[in-house]
Amino acid sequence: MSDHLILSVDHLTMRFGGIVAVNDLSFAAARGQITALIGPNGAGKTTVFNCITGFYKPTSGAIRLKQRGASDIALEQLNDFRIAKLAKVARTFQNIRLFPGMTVLENLMVAQHNALMRASGLTFLGLIGAPSWRAAEKRAIDLAIFWLKRINLFDRADDAAGNLPYGDQRRLEIARAMCTEPALLCLDEPAAGLNARESAALSELLLSIRADQGTSILLIEHDMSVVMEISDHVVVMDYGVKIAEGSPQRVRDDPKVIAAYLGADEKEAISVMESGE
Amino acid sequence: MAYFAQQLINGLVLGSIYGLIAIGYTMVYGIVGMINFAHGDIFMIGGFIAMITFLILLSFGLTAAPVVLLVMLLVAMAITALYGWTVERIAYRPLRHSFRLAPMLSAIGMSFVLTNYSQVSQGARVKPLPPIVTGGYTLVEHEGFVVQLSNVQILVVLTTIVLLAIFTWLVSRTRIGRDMRACEQDQTMASLLGVDVDRTISMTFVIGAALASVAGIMYLLYYGLVDFFMGFVAGIKAFTAAVLGGIGSLPGAMVGGLAIGLIETFWSAYFSVEYKDVAAFSILIVVLIFMPTGLLGRPEVEKV
Amino acid sequence: MTTISSDHVKASPKSDIAFILKKAFISAAVALVLFSLMIGVRTEAGPTGQLIYWTRFDDLAAIVAAVFGGSILVEAARRWLGPIGPGTLVPASVQGVVAQSGRFLAPALLVFTLLVPVIFYNQRYILDLGILVLTYVMLGWGLNVVVGLAGLLDLGYVAFYAVGAYSYALLATSFDLSFWVCLPLAGLLAACWGVMLGFPVLRLRGDYLAIVTLAFGEIIRLVILNWQSLTGGPNGISSIPRPTLFGIPLTNDDDGLAALLGIEYSPTHRIVFLFYVILGLALLTNWVTIRLRRLPIGRAWEALREDEIACRALGINTTTTKLTAFATGAMFGGFAGAFFATRQGFISPESFTFQESALVLAIVVLGGMGSQLGVAIAALCMIGGFELFRGLDQYRMLVLGMAMVLLMIWRPRGIIGHRAPTVYLKKAEAISSDLVKEGHG
Repeated sequence: MSDHLILSVDHLTMRFGGIVAVNDLSFAAARGQITALIGPNGAGKTTVFNCITGFYKPTSGAIRLKQRGASDIALEQLNDFRIAKLAKVARTFQNIRLFPGMTVLENLMVAQHNALMRASGLTFLGLIGAPSWRAAEKRAIDLAIFWLKRINLFDRADDAAGNLPYGDQRRLEIARAMCTEPALLCLDEPAAGLNARESAALSELLLSIRADQGTSILLIEHDMSVVMEISDHVVVMDYGVKIAEGSPQRVRDDPKVIAAYLGADEKEAISVMESGE
Repeated sequence: MAYFAQQLINGLVLGSIYGLIAIGYTMVYGIVGMINFAHGDIFMIGGFIAMITFLILLSFGLTAAPVVLLVMLLVAMAITALYGWTVERIAYRPLRHSFRLAPMLSAIGMSFVLTNYSQVSQGARVKPLPPIVTGGYTLVEHEGFVVQLSNVQILVVLTTIVLLAIFTWLVSRTRIGRDMRACEQDQTMASLLGVDVDRTISMTFVIGAALASVAGIMYLLYYGLVDFFMGFVAGIKAFTAAVLGGIGSLPGAMVGGLAIGLIETFWSAYFSVEYKDVAAFSILIVVLIFMPTGLLGRPEVEKV
Repeated sequence: MTTISSDHVKASPKSDIAFILKKAFISAAVALVLFSLMIGVRTEAGPTGQLIYWTRFDDLAAIVAAVFGGSILVEAARRWLGPIGPGTLVPASVQGVVAQSGRFLAPALLVFTLLVPVIFYNQRYILDLGILVLTYVMLGWGLNVVVGLAGLLDLGYVAFYAVGAYSYALLATSFDLSFWVCLPLAGLLAACWGVMLGFPVLRLRGDYLAIVTLAFGEIIRLVILNWQSLTGGPNGISSIPRPTLFGIPLTNDDDGLAALLGIEYSPTHRIVFLFYVILGLALLTNWVTIRLRRLPIGRAWEALREDEIACRALGINTTTTKLTAFATGAMFGGFAGAFFATRQGFISPESFTFQESALVLAIVVLGGMGSQLGVAIAALCMIGGFELFRGLDQYRMLVLGMAMVLLMIWRPRGIIGHRAPTVYLKKAEAISSDLVKEGHG
């Protein structure tokens, strides 16, 4: 394994009691690229995500985050918050998890908690209002404004996050994850519930994140138009195992993939085939 | 050994009383999802009503123990059940879909109201009662130690077993029991399928209060006294029992009750009486930390 | 559809009256059964120790009649004035004004509080009451950190109050340390206890957390009650030293403050001094809390209340975040406890019952969780209102309990339900309480 990888998952297995949600799954995500994890409902995609981001402890297997010029980080041995803090892996959730009672700006400030915590001298410098703290806070607000402008929510900075329309909440969650300045961004169905126009805008945002920030992205997605348009590499799962892997074109034409989708959900299979035309 | 056996008997009897109260907590928690803080006071009210009924019967010259007990049981269960119903109606129903803290504070408020109500209406002093059920058996006499089983103890355990049998039948075999189990799973769905959720919740409180009143009578018979403050500590311990057994689980409430009764009795017997409540509360904390779902509870999976 | 609904609205007054009477009769019947034995019969231990009873049917009749009349009034009001709720009792416009006027209300209240000892110098009763109210304001603000900001339900807050009080009492009586040395120590000790409680309960949520904190509070009280050699048990600790002004005692001695200033000694001096001490402590609590809210730690507390899983996904260490919330809240409780001990000069376990915890929690929830001004107003109303029933001492808990039930039904989200943002670009807009979560713990 060399420098061009950001994440490698080796022989990952996750059991819940007698149910095997993920079975001996191995795949890798390339640095600076967008990797998509697709598969029919119940294929175990979100479980893989939860293992990578530390919300579940895998039953067995290794998850390595590769760092440039530093040793790998074994994610399966870290707690959830340490993965975000030390390994710089940020994530969003299938059912949006914003802080609804806090403003849009506050949501982005909370995301910079660890940096600000250091700057506030573990609160004590902040309590006395030290100049270094004030400067750090100013920088944090600037970063938040930068992302607010990127997702077109600058005008709503002072509104409660819970009051935003659904599509804006999705984008805000991505911006919040980006405010942690992650090396790997994990998105769990970012296009779910978006209309065609919003989906297109999302694709654009993700591509620009890859291009401008150089952030590697791992996403789970059902919306095949998004997957086919933006991913560099696609991993297909069904019943907890990997059934195909490769470029979007290759995966799209793979009979095993089409069969898996047909077996699980006709509509999705058709959309896979149609997007190839 | 004889001492141990005697403590075992005492512990089981005390545990039966806690178990009866714990069922009320666990039922309400299972269906409404709140700690009914006033439940301990319902137990206390049950004891008071039984005590007053007994005094009235006594003044009418009725002293035959079986008749007296039966009348006490019926009167106390009926009136206390109405207390349970009223408390739910006044303090909990308006807050059912409110924020989670509101019903909890309302329940604490209700507990204060009931405690103070019986203090004001019946005075603050302890009410001692002459023993109604007397006699007993000596099981073992060994090296000066005697193991005794009194009739009151037999009565408490027997009543508990009979009530549990009736209650189990009620929950598993009757319409109201089915409605209760349905509401526990999913209130919205149950109401869509024609279950009267309001009525079912009311019934839950009524049944829970009736069982608590029986516990109150048993306490009265066993200890021969009632006082206005007995509901608080007994309530917390019974809740501990419900948690220990696994909240929401009916057999768990009984098992937890017995466990708390035994622990408390043995702690008092072998360590110190003063710290018996500390022991009970410490166990609550330890159980919740290492076994948050209790002995017989269902594990709760964190959804991400 | 329209006919049905208009029928419903225009129900004839006659059927209205019949309905109201029916409801009133049912209520009266329920009341009759409920109170029949508990109020109709009074029991007491007679001269021989045997229980005797006598009847009070006149009281019973009066109460049942009151329930009947009350039921008619409530039902009539509900039928002709519409459903009773915060919306109808306090119109939305007024609520908005209250929220907006907060900016002026808070300084006005502060100025008034500062002037209380001047205005009411000769009314010792009012000064004592003011000290009491301020103590609860401080306790409310302290608990607000835990419950209102971090969303962790704590039913055993009084334990930290007790730890603070006993720490000061023991340090002052055994080591002869002054109040101003002991105060930080008491706060520190209470904070340690906060962490000690916090550690085991980290994984607990919701009602489980509530019951464990309650149990913790009771354990502390029972240990204080039974550890006679250290705490004096039920007899408590007496002759706790009074606070001094930079080492100058406020006594009628030659080295007392009055003698030094050359003015005539008056016991009121000490009351006024205590008033300003607790005011200072309360304001310190408030200032620190407001500052903390704008720092990452405070934002993390609020984020924790909103969504713990999202916090973890953002790299926030929820363990330390919860522990700091517990420690901070406990520290303020400890300060308040130390003040309580020095003001009373005597403490015993009786002052640290579950009722105190419940009262402080009621103040926080009624104030509107997270709102500093709301908590202050709620403390003033609850403690002040409580004092109105001083003459009816035995009914106090009855009144408090009923007030808690009714207030929760009336305003489940408290007096000030809005949340003020901690940072803004253009305009700080209050966030409606419908969006603000109350936490999981």
